Amino acid sequence: MSVMLEPNPEQIKEQKIYTQMGMSDEEFEMAEKILGRLPNYTETGLFSVMWSEHCSYKNSKPVLRKFPTKGPQVLQGPGEGAGIVDIGDGQAVVFKMESHNHPSAIEPYQGAATGVGGIIRDVFSMGARPIAMLNSLRFGELKTPRVKYLFEEVVAGIAGYGNCIGIPTVGGEIQFDDCYEGNPLVNAMCVGLINHEDIQKGIAAGEGNTVMYAGAKTGRDGIHGATFASEELTEASEEKRPAVQVGDPFMEKLLLEACLEVVKSDALVGIQDMGAAGLTSSSAEMASKAGHGVELNLDYIPQRETGMTAYEMMLSESQERMLIVVKKGREEEIVKIFDKYGLDCVAVGKVTNDKMLRLLHKGEVVAEVPADALAEEAPVYYKPSSVPAYFTEYQAMENVEPVVTDYKETLLNLLQQPTIASKEWVYDQYDYQVRTSTVVTPGSDAAVVRVRGTNKGLAMTTDCNSRYIYLDPVVGGKIAVAEAARNVVCSGAKPLAITDCLNFGNPENPEIFWQLEKSADGISEACIALDSPVIGGNVSLYNERSGTAVYPTPTIGLVGLVEDLAHVTTQDVKQAGDIVYVIGETKTEFGGSELQKLVEKRIFGQAPSIDLEVEATRQKSLLSAIKSGFVQSAHDIAEGGLAVALAEKAFGANGLGVEVTLNGSAITALFSESQSRFLVSVKPENAAKFEAIVNDAVKIGAVTDSNKVEITNEDGTEWISGSVDEFRSAWKGAIPCLLKSEA
Amino acid sequence: MKKVKVYVTLRESVLDPQGSAVMGALHSMNYKEVSDVRIGKFLELQIEESDRDLDTTVKEMCEKLLTNTVIEDYRYEVEEVAGK
Amino acid sequence: MKFAVIVFPGSNCDLDMYHAIKDELGEEVEYVWHDETDLSGFDGVLLPGGFSYGDYLRCGAISRFSNVMSEVVKAAEAGKPVLGVCNGFQVLTEAGLLPGALLRNKNLKFMCRTVGLKVENNETQFTSAYQKGEVIQIPIAHGEGNYFCDEETLARLKENNQIVFTYASENPNGSIEDIAGIINEKGNVLGMMPHPERAANDIMGGSDGLALFKSIVKQWRESHVSHA
Repeated sequence: MSVMLEPNPEQIKEQKIYTQMGMSDEEFEMAEKILGRLPNYTETGLFSVMWSEHCSYKNSKPVLRKFPTKGPQVLQGPGEGAGIVDIGDGQAVVFKMESHNHPSAIEPYQGAATGVGGIIRDVFSMGARPIAMLNSLRFGELKTPRVKYLFEEVVAGIAGYGNCIGIPTVGGEIQFDDCYEGNPLVNAMCVGLINHEDIQKGIAAGEGNTVMYAGAKTGRDGIHGATFASEELTEASEEKRPAVQVGDPFMEKLLLEACLEVVKSDALVGIQDMGAAGLTSSSAEMASKAGHGVELNLDYIPQRETGMTAYEMMLSESQERMLIVVKKGREEEIVKIFDKYGLDCVAVGKVTNDKMLRLLHKGEVVAEVPADALAEEAPVYYKPSSVPAYFTEYQAMENVEPVVTDYKETLLNLLQQPTIASKEWVYDQYDYQVRTSTVVTPGSDAAVVRVRGTNKGLAMTTDCNSRYIYLDPVVGGKIAVAEAARNVVCSGAKPLAITDCLNFGNPENPEIFWQLEKSADGISEACIALDSPVIGGNVSLYNERSGTAVYPTPTIGLVGLVEDLAHVTTQDVKQAGDIVYVIGETKTEFGGSELQKLVEKRIFGQAPSIDLEVEATRQKSLLSAIKSGFVQSAHDIAEGGLAVALAEKAFGANGLGVEVTLNGSAITALFSESQSRFLVSVKPENAAKFEAIVNDAVKIGAVTDSNKVEITNEDGTEWISGSVDEFRSAWKGAIPCLLKSEA
Repeated sequence: MKKVKVYVTLRESVLDPQGSAVMGALHSMNYKEVSDVRIGKFLELQIEESDRDLDTTVKEMCEKLLTNTVIEDYRYEVEEVAGK
Repeated sequence: MKFAVIVFPGSNCDLDMYHAIKDELGEEVEYVWHDETDLSGFDGVLLPGGFSYGDYLRCGAISRFSNVMSEVVKAAEAGKPVLGVCNGFQVLTEAGLLPGALLRNKNLKFMCRTVGLKVENNETQFTSAYQKGEVIQIPIAHGEGNYFCDEETLARLKENNQIVFTYASENPNGSIEDIAGIINEKGNVLGMMPHPERAANDIMGGSDGLALFKSIVKQWRESHVSHA
């Protein structure tokens, strides 16, 4: 067997080998200065991976600092595996969303599966029991075999992992647009429950305490995955397949159960997932957070392959592994717990007081680097930003209506757009009921999961209309948060906090950086207005394929509290005779709308406007009406406008229909995407009480038993009339039909 | 040391939807001459020398664990592993 | 009545089964880890759904060699009620306690939805609280629920009235004769793909499954009162 010799420190410098690992000349010089000598090969690897965007957020930190992260409800903000929010009674909800875009573009099944596995570990490493998963996905249009393959395999990968581990996948959203064709987005969110006293931190505290390694063995998989995620995809990326890891949900299920037993032990000091950058990030971050050092003896690392070098072990991204710190002398108690589940748990090092990450291998010190330098002191870049020309041009445009003449045909068309169409084909493959706590299943505005043993529930959703953000990142950023909050409010919950996944193109491009900066401003403003701070998330940059960036897509994951399960409300109309109201003003706003895309085949102009004060007031009054028991059904008006939302309200109700009268211009009334609007149905006997709370609600019609969707102009002209079945089958059949059709 | 290669296939009477799907794909790629596809499993066992009869133990393993004889058939090949 | 919920590594509906019994039915229930060797203290045995051993090799193939399975066999021989749901059904067929096997769904995809189940036989200790021919709504969630057996076995199942549940309208997975659940000849071991424990409370969208557990308890109470 031939042994590849590692280059020596001088060769690394002279031949600029560090550039192959993604480090710049300046960064290498910084590393040299920190050490006071040239780093060796392993050390160069440690710096390069920890200073990658994926681990250090070196390009996005100045932007992330803008987010409001505090609030009386926040128990843990950004910085740990996941954020934590109080829900009363000594309980808290733990959640985070993370991207796995690049691995999914290369190997969609495993990329998506390991994305799910990674975010679940982030949640249970906090000591929380994962209770639900959501996914926010973006693909190209379902036209080419490649896009269909990516879509089918990503869904299968999410299902394969989530179903096996037994955490219900209860919601999320999927949108389709050409900009994602070569670079799909796979954002997975996990929500967990915890008692306050069980909250864990990823710290390596207490000099002399033992550092232990638990879970799957280390192999050569995913070496340099973090750097891979910080580069643009090119045709050559497909050849990088070895960088994609393979997930083992069975192993993770065992690890999950073992870790949740371990967190009950007072022998435990700290615990952290070995995620991106594996052993390196977990050990350096745990040491740095505690103000200590860590010394690892790599000879003790459980290895799946023979002849692994220090570099390979430290940079491996093998899945389903945890690093834990245990009080000295109590290792056996912890080993016993892992042993019950048939898992490896071995002492691999100790906590020191010299703040160094020191690695021993075969009797030699193979690396010695200050832990803070890796974890905290990565360079921070203030990227230049510039306003794109398209933005100035679009802002100057007037809002005009796209021209359509047959409104019913248009509605049928809109219902068949894959972004709007039923996602049943997808969630039918997800076990959304395991743990028997899913009160509102996928398909409504937000999913609701009960908190067993209480009468409370958690409403959760993900949202992001990237077309609006592309047209106007500030306004679009506000809309993303507001819409997520609307979904949760419609379900009967008060928004608590958000997690975000900032998916953008290459930040070296000043126009892309401008999108990032401005959308963060919009998100921040909305978070403050709607009292939902950011408690964590992740950044995924370089989402480009051969030079074309995806639309700026800062996905918002939002969790709200249902104080009493009796407040749970769904979007479906319930009873004939109920009054249908619209809340909120409809203006001529088509920039980035589904109708604009359908008619013009492209998007342009101004994004729909939003007034956050109006939004906040309206959400509060609607929630108050829901909690008072006056609202039978509630649905926000989103993509496709009022006509789509109205039809959707009839899809889940057997035999019922809706009959409404609108006014003004038909195209605007039916299809405009004006913000801050809702459709609700109310029992006639509650109408007065409802109107007293929601004083800007306008009565537009009633629920009927006709099984028809009927929309008429106030002068009596029929705009749309058709059977619910006709609309429903167009909406339900669209995605399966696209998948079956030959490209 | 012996290497035993075990081939597990669905019994002929059992429908193989995975195989049918692959055949459909091959047909759509214009390999119309493919008239059937059956998907099975392939296992490689490294077995140390022992007092027990190799054929008997391999058959036992196949029938007890490696296959479900209600739906699956198996066959196997034995190879010498060269060297130590 | 005291139930055991068997927990294999990778079981994930154990919690659901446990709470259905404890919270909705109000009976005694305990988790039993797969390496336990004594089930004598229990009156009924429940094998939950999930992915025991990751469903690696074949669903249920590895679990059947767990220590606890010889105790499950003993319990079945002793006439105690044994219910296997989803992965539990797969384990029971692998263990030979029920005939046949479960293959991949005919569309090759995992599917999660609520389906109509027809009660074909209500003269069992699991179904006495249902009407014969009644259609109940029960969730399914499986990738390998396509029941298969040879013709001889099928004929025997029919002859002995061992087919307990069939899919009422659509057959979601390609099962032979729409079979969703079968019982052994003796009538004390039931295996079914749909999840009655997921339909035990209206807040979860339905409670049609509860009558199955009530039937078990009713039969047990009757036989134990008469013996007392």
